[in-house]
Amino acid sequence: MIEPSSRPMVRVRGLVSRFGAQVVHDGLDMTVWPNEIFGVVGGSGAGKSVLLRTILGLREPQGGSVELDGVDLRTATRAERTALVHRCGVTFQNGALISSLTVAQNIELPLREYHPMPPQALDSLVHLNLSLVGLAADAAGKYPTQLSGGMVKRAALARALGMEPKLLLLDEPTSGLDPISAAAFDELMLYLHSQLKLTVVMITHDLDSLFRTCDRVGVIVDGRMVTDTLAGILQNPHPWIRQYFHGPRARAAQQQAHG
Amino acid sequence: MNALALQRDGEDWRLKLSGDWSLAAMAEIQLELERLPGPISGTVTCDWSGVHDAGLGPVWALLTRLAGLAGPHFQMRHVGEPPQAVAVLEKLRAERPPQAAAPVPTPAVHGALGSLGRWTVVQGIEARGVLEFLGRIAAVLGRIPGRSSALRFPSIARHVYETGVTAVPIVALIAFLISVVVAYLGAQQLSKFGANIFVVDLVTIAVLRELGVLLTAIIVAGRSGSAFAAEIGVMQLNEETDALRAMGLNPIELLVVPRVLALVIALPLLTVIADAMGLAGGALLSLVDLHIPTAQFSTRLREALSPTTFWAGLVKAPVFAVLIGMVGTYRGMQVRESARELGRLTTMAVVQSIFLVILADALFAVLFMQIGF
Repeated sequence: MIEPSSRPMVRVRGLVSRFGAQVVHDGLDMTVWPNEIFGVVGGSGAGKSVLLRTILGLREPQGGSVELDGVDLRTATRAERTALVHRCGVTFQNGALISSLTVAQNIELPLREYHPMPPQALDSLVHLNLSLVGLAADAAGKYPTQLSGGMVKRAALARALGMEPKLLLLDEPTSGLDPISAAAFDELMLYLHSQLKLTVVMITHDLDSLFRTCDRVGVIVDGRMVTDTLAGILQNPHPWIRQYFHGPRARAAQQQAHG
Repeated sequence: MNALALQRDGEDWRLKLSGDWSLAAMAEIQLELERLPGPISGTVTCDWSGVHDAGLGPVWALLTRLAGLAGPHFQMRHVGEPPQAVAVLEKLRAERPPQAAAPVPTPAVHGALGSLGRWTVVQGIEARGVLEFLGRIAAVLGRIPGRSSALRFPSIARHVYETGVTAVPIVALIAFLISVVVAYLGAQQLSKFGANIFVVDLVTIAVLRELGVLLTAIIVAGRSGSAFAAEIGVMQLNEETDALRAMGLNPIELLVVPRVLALVIALPLLTVIADAMGLAGGALLSLVDLHIPTAQFSTRLREALSPTTFWAGLVKAPVFAVLIGMVGTYRGMQVRESARELGRLTTMAVVQSIFLVILADALFAVLFMQIGF
């Protein structure tokens, strides 16, 4: 599970993010080891999505460094960056499926670009990825607007898995899902994680999901990250963390996870 | 390099796999899989000992292809340290029915007749949509006398600013430059007859009757018609218009009518500015190129003008404004589902509003000729 001896999958050191005068991250450190599910939590506006965008290299930080699989984003060459992007699968909060393309075309998009292959091979890969995320084959020909919220999340995950990434970055994968779909999504993630040996970084507000899936949790408070195992974070004396993990909703989720 | 080799092994088969089986090799692996003869009966033993970097995609392609070729007594075995993905995907494949090819919908009527029919139906639907849109606007306008709050003054003011005030520099510049060009061309031709002074007549009548209002309308259609369609279109995509309806607010009243009314106010004012700048351009060229002093230009201008010249241009402005505003907002309200629709309908809004403006201008020309305006 946690292998501190190996090279970290994600290492963020001393990250500073500012929007004008507003400081979001002030010396944030974060380390994700290979083959763990790492949950990121924090209040609204704590900079969870900003952190994700920074890890992906979509946003230039005001300070600090980001290393993905041992490669520093600041010094990476163009080729290294492209290779890194291929090793990362991402889902955004609202799915971010390309609305003018069908689900199948969305999944094919990066494959066509980087691994030219005959149409039968593409069909086969679309079928594989839809099967992995548990979407019916007839979803392939549908446009994103014809899908329900849960299907959009699954389709986005199918697209993220398409390039066979080592690292999955998920922004609120279960938000907006009904409890049954959300629980199914948790199981799907655990399945993919155990079967495909994926490292997962997951931003979530869903405490059930957190308790069910995550090995370690990073809490963004006061612009920094407090990282611990689930058991450890529950003992943390910080008032915000106490409130977050010991509120009425958290207790219910904990009981469910342990019961 | 061969990724796979199928050999007979008594009653059964032996499939020797080798080389790179990562996603990057998918194309070649797929081609070799296609070449496998079928159907295969008996047991196939897949030997994975020579494989490195096995990816999910190629493994999946192999498993589904072999299953597709299955003859009687077909069985699959894996030896030589098969990658973990094999077991996972084999289980997944067994649970999933093979992908059924989606039926391609075939139109009932083919050829030109079918196209004509479909086109007619589309045009009919479109015509009904336009009629409904006009009706909704009329309903909102009908309510205004009884309820002045239906007229959204702050919103109208904002759109007058955005479509009118911010357009002043570009409208002024273009009107000035075009009238310089017209005056220059006129001067070249008229000077052959020693009729230089008639350049004033040419510029005055061309700018006041046609060019001022037409150029302004085309610029506004490009700037604001597209902006209307895009703004309202994005609101449609974000379900903002549905939210308005759900709150008991009328999107036509809030979004469409203020924009159209704002254009009706802004476009005539812009036309006046364009007229003034056009005359200034003509005067400048006359002074520089033809040595007609500005005083003489303005005297001649007053002689060339009939009482209706200025109004014949200006009266068209509100009509153009209504056309541009309605086309832009209508196309915006039509946006559904995707970003591509937004682009398509925004383009359509600009093209159609410019077309309608020019068509209306031609009709006005015929009308004015008939009534001697």
